[in-house]
Amino acid sequence: MIKLGVPSKGRLMDKTFEWFGQHGISLRKSGSDREYSGVAEGIEGVELVLLSAGEIPRELAAGRIHLGVTGSDLVREKIALWQSQVQDLAGLGFGGADLILAVPDGWVDVETLDDLDAVAAAFRAAHGFRLRIATKYHRLVREYLREHGVADYQLVDSQGATEGTVKNETAEAIADITSTGETLRANGLRILDAPVIHASQATLFQSLGAPLDASDIKRLSLLKARLGL
Amino acid sequence: MQGAVLNEAERLNQLFQQAGAKTVHADVLQPAETLLDIYGEDIRARAYITADPLRGEMMLRPDFTVPIVQAHMAGGVDPARYCYAGKVFRKQETDETRNVEFVQAGYEVFASASPAEADAEVFALISQGLNGLPVRAATGDIGILKAAVRGLNTSDARKAALMRHIWRPARFTNLLHRFGADPVQSETRRAILSAADPFADVGPSAGLRRRAEVAARIERLRQDAKTPPISNEELALIDRILGLRDTAPKVLLDLRDIAQSLPAIAPAVDTLAARLDALEKRAIDVEALEFEGSFGRTSLEYYDGFVFGFYAEHHAEMPPVATGGRYDALTSVLGKGRVIPAVGGVIRPALAVQLREGHND
Repeated sequence: MIKLGVPSKGRLMDKTFEWFGQHGISLRKSGSDREYSGVAEGIEGVELVLLSAGEIPRELAAGRIHLGVTGSDLVREKIALWQSQVQDLAGLGFGGADLILAVPDGWVDVETLDDLDAVAAAFRAAHGFRLRIATKYHRLVREYLREHGVADYQLVDSQGATEGTVKNETAEAIADITSTGETLRANGLRILDAPVIHASQATLFQSLGAPLDASDIKRLSLLKARLGL
Repeated sequence: MQGAVLNEAERLNQLFQQAGAKTVHADVLQPAETLLDIYGEDIRARAYITADPLRGEMMLRPDFTVPIVQAHMAGGVDPARYCYAGKVFRKQETDETRNVEFVQAGYEVFASASPAEADAEVFALISQGLNGLPVRAATGDIGILKAAVRGLNTSDARKAALMRHIWRPARFTNLLHRFGADPVQSETRRAILSAADPFADVGPSAGLRRRAEVAARIERLRQDAKTPPISNEELALIDRILGLRDTAPKVLLDLRDIAQSLPAIAPAVDTLAARLDALEKRAIDVEALEFEGSFGRTSLEYYDGFVFGFYAEHHAEMPPVATGGRYDALTSVLGKGRVIPAVGGVIRPALAVQLREGHND
């Protein structure tokens, strides 16, 4: 049996079902709308597993599902050495959002990462602690800032309403996912003029650690052929 | 194997005690805040973090620096010598084959008088601890690079910016080249710097960084825009220092030559000369000692003077068997500005055992 992990609700689930449907594979929830079990039809030997999008990376890394659809941002954030644990099979063309850094509008002296770095040094000297960047993407942001030589900052964890942290003075800047920038503007924040930290989209991943017997291998290659991969 | 490692750690600890060091015992759990303050966010990628309901975030000690310096500040004499042996814990995010916990045995000297002597003492003792092992030593001196930056003919602000990134080679080079060219300004930046009221187009300020701080930086940017570029001659001298790679006596000759054009490094070059003399007195083969101009410029170490490492011959993949150096800047952060000249070295007994066993085969 090939286990396919798909987000269990919302737009991400609907769009994933749609994408597989375009390839002649019908995915749907079984039973009532509230029940988290599903069926895959139009192909033999595929079991649909409905999961929270945030848990799919962990399940892939652990090899408990063979395939999974989730945001590429989540895989990069949650799996160390992700390329050695999962394979990126296909971008699905929806769920697109950029992980970016944003600063208060009033920081008219800050345009680039160089500016952010210089401001972090001055902020630490003035306030006695490192400039705080609120985010839930710790690994991605830390690696990005290290690569670009930004110092004297600290990451503070924010699992939601991240755009509000600056106004509440629990952070000076934020790193978050945005698709339109609407929420950022509404909270008096502006995106830094810098390469995006990660351009994310819903992506089909294959676990490199999930056990496959001879018939699983056959099923998987059939499924991949159907999906045009 | 584990027994052999502990025996080796104990042997080294005794060697360090015979040299006059007092053993320091450190807690495995260290307050995360102090470590984050000195090492920055990068330490999170290296140290295991755990939480205590009352004490908040704690880290499994990634090294002994913080407890040693704190023990010294709590009532150390000058000079003071400390040693320690125990496990440290390091997350390995990119290489599964590296150990996440290993024993370190270290020796630290806190002394205000004659840094060259203290440097040589530590190097010679670590070298003695590795006696007979197939290792080669590499050395460097961040103090020379720092002196060169201080001696540049440019603004204090630019020197401070370079100094801050001395441990980040790519960023340092990037900054140096930017300061060596005419400033490139975006249209927005030009408009802000020339505006009578730079805040005309933005609403009320949000966040802890106040408008006065933004205004002060705009003023600094205006000043910086008027600063002439660092000359090509000076840029070439810095490149020459970073590219030095030869035996220590030959590098010393080169540096004397560079000091003709960049007199600011002369005292640091004298320090190097004094250190080489002191090493020679301790029977170190200075003629064969390797010296590299950019050795030791790695973040999370923050050595700022003499720096050294011992590497296994024929085992390029092995982490250094011993490392060490002078870390005055770090102690001044931990000492809240109090100057505590410190130099130390640390051996990984497991690697020493591994080499010794391999060597005897």
